[in-house]
Amino acid sequence: MAVQGSDAVHETVNAVYVSQSRRVLATLIRLLGDFDVAEEALHDAFRAALEQWPRDGIPANPRAWLVSAGRFKAIDGIRRRSRFDQLDETGPAAELATEDGDAWVEQESVEDDSLRLIFTCCHPALSSDAQVALTLREVCGLTTEEIAQAFLTPAPTLAQRIVRAKGKIRDAHISYQVPSPAELPERLDAVLRVIYLVFNEGYAASSGPSLTRHDLSAEAIRLGRLLVDLLPEPEAIGLLALMLLHESRRGARTNDAGDLIVLEEQDRSKWDQQLIAEGSALVQRALSSRRFGAYSIQAAIAAIHAEAPHASATDWAQIVGLYDVLLHEDPSPVIELNRAVAVAMRDGPAAGLLLVNAILDRGDLRDYRLAHAARGELSRRSGDVGQARVSFQRALSLTKQEAERRFLERRLAELPELT
Amino acid sequence: MILLSISRQPRRLGVVNAGLEIRMKYLCLVYLEKEKWHAVPDRECANCGDGFRKRGMLLAAEPLHPVETATTVRVRNGKVSVTDGPFAETKEQLAGFYLIEARDLNEAIQSASKIPPAREGSIEVRPVRELTP
Repeated sequence: MAVQGSDAVHETVNAVYVSQSRRVLATLIRLLGDFDVAEEALHDAFRAALEQWPRDGIPANPRAWLVSAGRFKAIDGIRRRSRFDQLDETGPAAELATEDGDAWVEQESVEDDSLRLIFTCCHPALSSDAQVALTLREVCGLTTEEIAQAFLTPAPTLAQRIVRAKGKIRDAHISYQVPSPAELPERLDAVLRVIYLVFNEGYAASSGPSLTRHDLSAEAIRLGRLLVDLLPEPEAIGLLALMLLHESRRGARTNDAGDLIVLEEQDRSKWDQQLIAEGSALVQRALSSRRFGAYSIQAAIAAIHAEAPHASATDWAQIVGLYDVLLHEDPSPVIELNRAVAVAMRDGPAAGLLLVNAILDRGDLRDYRLAHAARGELSRRSGDVGQARVSFQRALSLTKQEAERRFLERRLAELPELT
Repeated sequence: MILLSISRQPRRLGVVNAGLEIRMKYLCLVYLEKEKWHAVPDRECANCGDGFRKRGMLLAAEPLHPVETATTVRVRNGKVSVTDGPFAETKEQLAGFYLIEARDLNEAIQSASKIPPAREGSIEVRPVRELTP
């Protein structure tokens, strides 16, 4: 133990809080069997650290110290309450006290605790909203107010969502476990979906309270990194790659006025090359596993865009090929639409328009704004100004996003007058 | 009968500690549309119950007559009122139940997915709570 000045110790405690508090919490939940008891214990442990570390020095293994302190405080609290409640001594306190003393600090089981926490927060028996809120609260350590603000939800609504989710975990007995290999693919999907949802929430809206929303993307990337560290499954790697490659374009996606700039017109010198390099390497890693899925393929498409020095150098043939693979993996009209746009870029607007029209005629994407925007754009490029106007107007009537609305209005204004 | 079950309920632990074998009770409610009441042969449902019993999970299981046979009883101001029904707007009705014991929700979900009417209607999995003395 090293004794330091009190300010330095406070700084150390803060640093330990930032880097370790979530892992300590994850272990305390396992040891104490309850989210709320564990959170209380976590705070007690840090309070004890603030009192004792300046006097006794910083322990060699702060995390183990904190787990031990939190566990002790919680057992103490439960014992005291039991005495007040006059319950017998066979309650949780007795169970906790008789548990073996060392297993909980072992590196392996502690890393598993972080995974247990992630899988529990993303359990499919919880609603998607609850999964997102709980993950941000428990795994990322965001406050209820921060989450509420980021999702433009009233704080009491969000708080209630978290309370209800914790109640269900407790009452329905959702176990604190990493899923078995048989369950893993499905359960991992749920986790990846939550992470991608958080990322998109931060990525899609770039006006208004942009700062807090940007933080959501950063949180999602952090979650993605944590997951890849703990469980390097190909699709987890693919999702991290996808998020990094999208993130690399953030600075080029909007102009100073907050207007959207389409991929083709972005200033590629503003793309973050470091993120691109990291993302591309991860794509390679995911694809070489030969067990990749939709996230990895989408990441591969993003990587091809990222590697083109300018829009006209994009390898559209390869992108069409990847969309074919993606359609096979995960058939959906939205992916068909994206493929149609790639075909237009490879073979010319008329070829793409044929495909877009076929999708819209089928009625699948009748109310999907981007399908009409694509039809408008391809019509414009084919010289059909009338259809372009009708389609852009339809897209405009369907969009709810401010930046998107301004983009479509600009496109409409740029159309030549019909004579 | 349900209340006399000897299984030990966790008092306040929501999450299982490794090594602690705690059994939870779950009521799996089978919901079916009226038209599909007999879509699954009784034989299959009985086999499913036998399967649960062999694995020591089954506490009780019964199929029900359709909701037209239901009677609702209320006591208000000490007076008993009896009405026909209920006839809710929902398309799916309660068609039967399996009361099972499982280690946790995952095992309960896994078991519920094996209940044959799951492929025709739906199974609602509800954790059983303990009466507080």
